[in-house]
Amino acid sequence: MDFQVVVLAGGTSKELIPLVSKEVPKALLPVANRPVLSYVLEFLEQSNLKHLIVVVEGEDAALRVGGWISSAYVDRLHVEVAAVPENIGTAGALRAIGHYLTAHDILVVSGDLVCDVPPGAVAAAHRRHDAVVTAMLCSAPVSGPSESGSSGGKDKTKKPGRYNIIGLDPTKQFLLFIAAGAEVEKDIRVQKSILRAVGQMEIRTDLMDAHLYAFKRSALQEILDQKESFQSLRQDVLPYLVRSQLRSELSLDVAQAEENGNDKVVSLDNKVMLSQLVANTSSSSFHELCAMGPNGSAPFPRKTHKCCVYIASKNKYCARLNSIQAFSDINRDVIGEASHLSGYSFSAHNNIIHSSAELGSKTTVGPQCMLGEGSQMGDKCSVKRSVLGRHCRIGSNVKVVNSVIMNHVTIGDGCSIQGSVICSNVQLQDRVVLRDCQVGAGFVVSAGSEYKGESLARK
Amino acid sequence: MVQKKGATRVSEDAEEELARVPLQAILLADSFAQKFRPITLERPKVLLPLVNIPMIDYTLAWLESAGVEEVFVFCCAHSRQVTDYLTNSKWFSQPNFSIKTIESHNCVSAGDALRLIYEQHVIHGDFVLISGDTLSNMSLTQVLEEHKERRKKDSNAVMTMVIKKSKPSPLTHQSRLGTDELFMAIDPDTNQLLYYEDKADHLKGTISLDNLLLADKSSVSLHNDKQDCYIDICSPEVLSLFTDNFDYQHLRRHFVKGLLVDDIMGYKIFTHEIYSSYAARIDNFRSYDTISKDIIQRWTYPFVPDVQFIGNSSTKLERLGMYRAPGIEQSRSAQIGPFTVVGNGSTIGNNTKISNSVVGEGCNIGSKVSIEGCYIWHNVTIEDGCTLKHAIVCDGVIIKSGAVLEPGVVLSFKVVIGQQFVVPSYSKVSLLQQPTKQDSDEELEYADDSSAVVEIPSFNITSDKLSGELTSELSEPQRRAVSEVGSGGVGYMWSVGEGDYEEELRHSVAPIPADKLAEVIQAAIDDMEMSAQDGNLLPPSGELQADSNSIYSEDNIDDIRDDYIYFEKEVEATFLRAVHENIKEDHVILEVNSLRLSYNKTSVDCAGALFYSMMKLAIETPHSSAGDLINNATNVIGTWKKLLKYYLPSLDEEIEVILKFEEMCLESAREFSSIFVQVLHLLYDEEILQEDAILNWASEKEGAEEADKVFLKQSKGFIQWLIEAPEED
Repeated sequence: MDFQVVVLAGGTSKELIPLVSKEVPKALLPVANRPVLSYVLEFLEQSNLKHLIVVVEGEDAALRVGGWISSAYVDRLHVEVAAVPENIGTAGALRAIGHYLTAHDILVVSGDLVCDVPPGAVAAAHRRHDAVVTAMLCSAPVSGPSESGSSGGKDKTKKPGRYNIIGLDPTKQFLLFIAAGAEVEKDIRVQKSILRAVGQMEIRTDLMDAHLYAFKRSALQEILDQKESFQSLRQDVLPYLVRSQLRSELSLDVAQAEENGNDKVVSLDNKVMLSQLVANTSSSSFHELCAMGPNGSAPFPRKTHKCCVYIASKNKYCARLNSIQAFSDINRDVIGEASHLSGYSFSAHNNIIHSSAELGSKTTVGPQCMLGEGSQMGDKCSVKRSVLGRHCRIGSNVKVVNSVIMNHVTIGDGCSIQGSVICSNVQLQDRVVLRDCQVGAGFVVSAGSEYKGESLARK
Repeated sequence: MVQKKGATRVSEDAEEELARVPLQAILLADSFAQKFRPITLERPKVLLPLVNIPMIDYTLAWLESAGVEEVFVFCCAHSRQVTDYLTNSKWFSQPNFSIKTIESHNCVSAGDALRLIYEQHVIHGDFVLISGDTLSNMSLTQVLEEHKERRKKDSNAVMTMVIKKSKPSPLTHQSRLGTDELFMAIDPDTNQLLYYEDKADHLKGTISLDNLLLADKSSVSLHNDKQDCYIDICSPEVLSLFTDNFDYQHLRRHFVKGLLVDDIMGYKIFTHEIYSSYAARIDNFRSYDTISKDIIQRWTYPFVPDVQFIGNSSTKLERLGMYRAPGIEQSRSAQIGPFTVVGNGSTIGNNTKISNSVVGEGCNIGSKVSIEGCYIWHNVTIEDGCTLKHAIVCDGVIIKSGAVLEPGVVLSFKVVIGQQFVVPSYSKVSLLQQPTKQDSDEELEYADDSSAVVEIPSFNITSDKLSGELTSELSEPQRRAVSEVGSGGVGYMWSVGEGDYEEELRHSVAPIPADKLAEVIQAAIDDMEMSAQDGNLLPPSGELQADSNSIYSEDNIDDIRDDYIYFEKEVEATFLRAVHENIKEDHVILEVNSLRLSYNKTSVDCAGALFYSMMKLAIETPHSSAGDLINNATNVIGTWKKLLKYYLPSLDEEIEVILKFEEMCLESAREFSSIFVQVLHLLYDEEILQEDAILNWASEKEGAEEADKVFLKQSKGFIQWLIEAPEED
């Protein structure tokens, strides 16, 4: 397949503070004790996409991510890690690595995607329609913002009730309208011209843009070059392509001809294009109808391009780690309902306890839990629906429910942890009670303190 | 009110359980529109023959076959004609089918009609609301069941609209019925109607759906490919809703929209889509043409000419979709083409060709006549050698030999077309004069209609009298009309307003000619182009921030300019009043200030506007020469110096005054251009302009284009003098 894969791994995302830090960029946040990026890489590897470009914001972060990738995938994947400046947006990142891109089509994947939809299906849909862009949509999580608000901070609870507003044609193959649910303030404006051309548009609110796109490279680079103000693929490039699909400003065939001069691919001239169109007439989409004009005899065929979608079936898992809430949810899901993603084999009790982990007497680890390598737990502890990292030392009478505890965490006796995230090297002294809190790396919580819905981190 | 409603509902429910309510229907025998003028000035639309049978018969036949037991026919315009027709028809003698007519003469809209029916307390349960120009063969069973089922669950589901897929032309996006473009949003799960826009604003390239529509729905379907069949299943509440909202006039534009917008009462409208059955409403001449063809091609079975459903005579279907009534005298050499209906008792002469047309009863068609795509009603005489294309020819028309009807012509009752006369395309000819053009305001449309009601009966009497000897008994205005339609012709040519031409084209019985089609397509493309650009200025509500908001800013500039013009006018009016009524400067300042605030202007704008009004006053004061004009200007400026000075707090304002003056000299008051320097000097002398202001203006203009520097050059000497003159005082 002539596809190049770009993984946008981000940098240290602001939404995820205090979970992320200079030492732990977003891509390396653990999901079931594996960096989140590993899910993307393995998901691509399964589709035999082994030549990847991983784009990381910030030099430091890039070094760390690169270091981890080379240690973990040295002989399996061919990965180039590119560092780009911070805050240049997804479109900016692609612009910055433009010189790496040579293939006919580009698959752009967000590095925080935890998903089991085969990317090959997206690529196939893209190729089938000769689309300019194909976006993967998956069904939005039903839960929405959870009541308990384990994310803590108040700003996080404003998470939108719906993710995207998406307009599809009746065959559910073409993308006619896209808007982010949270950004639509009052009304949704749908272009009449597109609606006229298709006749019927289905507006869906139960789908989510999974941030996995296949782009035609020539088109993508043309847009990136021409529209310098475009910052984000999701907010700028994709809506632009969708909006202008019946009035394309892209000089597609010209661009192709130019590049194909350098490449080995046969040049596509207009005749070839026409013959393709003729060949496709049996299944011509509204784009072609619109382009061809009256009786297929328009003096100047209108330029159109196609924006396609691939809708993942409902039973596939798909989530993005882009908030603290999502971090907790994904950790829970990966060892719970979407356990096939984790790559671990579960015990008879439906949990994973590393053989080197030590449990005290009367300590119970419930189903859908994970206990990492070398961790120790004292007596009469109880762990429910939580992930515990490596080499943690946990005292007696500790309760851990619905929480994520990273590596090398020390927890004193009698602590109670609910719905919280505790980063590496944190020390909780005795009888600490945490509920819906995040504790940043290396923080020390003094004995007997109680917190609820707070974010604790070193200054 | 609320209590009362609740009470009636309870009693209704009880009633429904106790006794089965007969299925009722309200048939509006008045379209409350004027699209069929001039024909409808003389005969109500529902009685116009559609493939030789009055439209209302199709509607009644369908209602009867669909199991409706009681029909209330509401007549307004030409109510006498409708009731007379119905009394003489077979409908009154049908078993299990009762017709009651409700007459009114002061209703101007469907809303009024429904309010009147509500007052009469004749509707007891769910009813079918339909107008007398609707043709259908659908079964009501399913839609009624759905409606009732929904009502049981949710008493707010007051109406079910029947819709059908339409196939608008993919290029022009015009429906084959010639109706307006219709955009609907429907909940695909419940079929609830969420949005309805039929009189689409073509300038707006987008549809705005309220965010709340999607609030608790996972998907919504937007449709551009559906047509409204204008068949509604309504609950009795609909009538009371019309009574509560006395401003509802139009069924769709007011009632449906009102219900969709109103979220307090929570009334809901649902849709029912029909797939294989037929339903369409004759809204204009184009749909008349389309539906006639559908009838001939049997889409409306069983309501087709060769099936005797009611009132029609036996007609035989022959091959190629030809329908021939018995008793036709047809010459051997006449060629009657496919999809043609010929009515009883018509004669057709030698070498006449007829195709895709309907010929009524008792017509007399001469030889060598060519008729294509025409609707010829009853007792029409067409003399030898005429050519008719895509025309509607009403009862009793006489077309003299050699006349030509170009596509889209409508000849109203008893018009006579003179020999060899060519009736230009899209013209409408009637014996009645065109009513003076009223404002095309919606409200007036209704009012106008009612005025027509009064006018018609009187004419009908005369026209009946005239039936035999038409030409000899012409009244005075009719005589004058003779020349308009050729020698020996009788009738007035109705003119089409300039702006209506487009609509005329769309609604006409004739197909759109190729060149116009190309134009329309181009327009559609432009439209798309525009709307696509329009997309650029969508707010970032999930869209994109404008990268090139050229259109937007242009609009904006236009807005601002308009705004400024109004402001200027008001300032001018204020100033003139001050001059004429000797109002003190302080008061003028107060007034101008209030204008400035209300228009959100700056003092620069005030200075510009005031100066403009002053110079305008000077130029409008009678003067004989340029010298007089200068004197005038000196007087005005001298008198109102203080006022002007008030708005010139800084150099910027003064420069603005010079620029404004320059603009005036170039555009509105060219007389000043010759004395530009003098006035400039005057302003300087009166200490309205400071030296710096003039010099700044000069240096600013230095870089301008040559054309812009006319006045700069004129005032070169003055500026030179300013620079060189030693500082005074």
